[in-house]
Amino acid sequence: MTAALHATTPGGFLLVLAVILPVCAVLAILACGPRSAARIAMATLAAGLAVAVAITVELVWSGAALTYVVGAWRPPLGIALRADGLSGAMLVMTALVVVAVGLFARVQYGLREGGGSERERTTFWQMLLALWSALNIVFVGEDLFNLYVALELLTFAAVPLVCLDGRAETANAALRYLLFALIGSLLYLLGVGLIYGQYGTLDLLALARLSRPDPALSVALALMIVGLLAKAALFPLHLWLPPAHAGAPAQASAVLSALVIKAPIFLILRLVLDVAPGQVAFLAGQLLAVLGAASILFCSVMALRQARLKLMIAYSTVAQIGYLFIVFPLAAGGAGTSPWETIAWTGGALQLISHALAKSAMFLAAGIVIKVYGHDRIADLGGFGRALPISATAFGLAGLSLMGVPPSGGFVAKCLLLTAAVIEGYPWLAVTILLGGLLAGGYVFRIIDKALAVSASPLPSRAGVPRRLELTALALAIAAVLLGFVPLRPFGFLQIGRSGLAMAGL
Amino acid sequence: MTVALQPSVLFGLCGAALVGIGLFAVVSSPGLLRRIVGCNILGAGIFLVFGAVARRGAGAGFEADPVPQALVITGIVVAFSASALAVALLKRLAEPRSDA
Repeated sequence: MTAALHATTPGGFLLVLAVILPVCAVLAILACGPRSAARIAMATLAAGLAVAVAITVELVWSGAALTYVVGAWRPPLGIALRADGLSGAMLVMTALVVVAVGLFARVQYGLREGGGSERERTTFWQMLLALWSALNIVFVGEDLFNLYVALELLTFAAVPLVCLDGRAETANAALRYLLFALIGSLLYLLGVGLIYGQYGTLDLLALARLSRPDPALSVALALMIVGLLAKAALFPLHLWLPPAHAGAPAQASAVLSALVIKAPIFLILRLVLDVAPGQVAFLAGQLLAVLGAASILFCSVMALRQARLKLMIAYSTVAQIGYLFIVFPLAAGGAGTSPWETIAWTGGALQLISHALAKSAMFLAAGIVIKVYGHDRIADLGGFGRALPISATAFGLAGLSLMGVPPSGGFVAKCLLLTAAVIEGYPWLAVTILLGGLLAGGYVFRIIDKALAVSASPLPSRAGVPRRLELTALALAIAAVLLGFVPLRPFGFLQIGRSGLAMAGL
Repeated sequence: MTVALQPSVLFGLCGAALVGIGLFAVVSSPGLLRRIVGCNILGAGIFLVFGAVARRGAGAGFEADPVPQALVITGIVVAFSASALAVALLKRLAEPRSDA
């Protein structure tokens, strides 16, 4: 049975390239020294983007999932890499954000003053590439233990990014983050052990077929999901996120907030919707939705109360993540429809992607503000939109997507979720979505209001920034808005490679 | 021999006890170093559980199932790197900064 489950497809080697290209670049930077770090990184960014696009083209062209069986050792002994429509979308989104952040960092590090020390720069490039490789493994991995290693690699790359400047304050945030992540991955590992003891395989596709309601699987899934929640920073396990994401340099915060926390969420999605048997999935979905709703409301209010721009954006991240968890009960599907065919599911996937684009744009814009004014106290930023019109526009456009105002990617996502909540009979989730939108409007307009304010005296600026720096933030924000104009394309694409799995689940 | 004294059950129980001790240390102690040690005890417990799983899953005539043992080796490497990173960060926190 498992013999026919995975077979290498013609484009399968692309998945291997997506994983090892960044790793090779990290090694090359180590070998060639800091002088050529930026050049190697930029070349890898271009190559990696090309690979991600090639995977998507191959997916659309063949209409089926890409698979690569590593070393021709078939699961359950070997490890398979597999990319379906959702993985393809995540790979491209990751590549886009990483490339934009890379361009931003290159311009910023090229500036004469305040570009950071050479060690800081080299570490940034290495960690950015290592992080990209780990993210790609999470998105294409099929083996639960392989995914554990990928999650740990992701943490090991993300923690140094938090404390890139080496201040005690950020080292403290990084250590706190590492401890949360460690406990999370250890709980996940315990779950992996229990699943292996029960089923003798760790392959996700095989587990989707084998899974049956039994207490060992329920305990294992509970351990794994709680562990992943700690890494994803869902309320009430979000305490580590605001100091870590707000303390990191802007280009690092953008990657951390937009991409790193999406990896555990992606895994929770796969565990709940693919592996968990019906009754367990229902219960887990309800619980996750309650936590998600609490996350939206509590952290939106916290975001409103923050005095510093980056802390506000970090709290907004936790709030926006909540939307991804209210998908579970809405996408549970009725009789005969798989979760992957519901509008809630499409809405959730769109929210995941549009949030990544919008949040990275916001953090980059905040980074520019800090670079120019030397601080991010919201109260003292009156009229910054006059000095930095492009950054303020980027912030505003990204805010549109977070609030869910048409015509943005966030609007389509939240509209689909709202419709699903009404249809499926979850009025409290519908109210939460609407309230979350209002609160997001509150904290975004607080900044826009400051940007457009007329201050008595012009703000004392510390340094000028080249326009290219501002344009990268704007490009990401525009991408988040443009996502709203291609609403019908993701429907079909996200289901590539899913039909066989749905059949297996039934 | 009673059921409780079979090696796999004994290992499983020891593993569970270590997981409990580790989790308690991580959650309850305020000191960061204690938490790091707690994580290590938690990890050791999980590796023991893997050992029990390997012993029990010896299906096809093997002494023991080799896959969980391979997983444990990888797990130990990962746990070691994590501890090293955590201790390095702790050291950075502890030392007075001259340039700050």
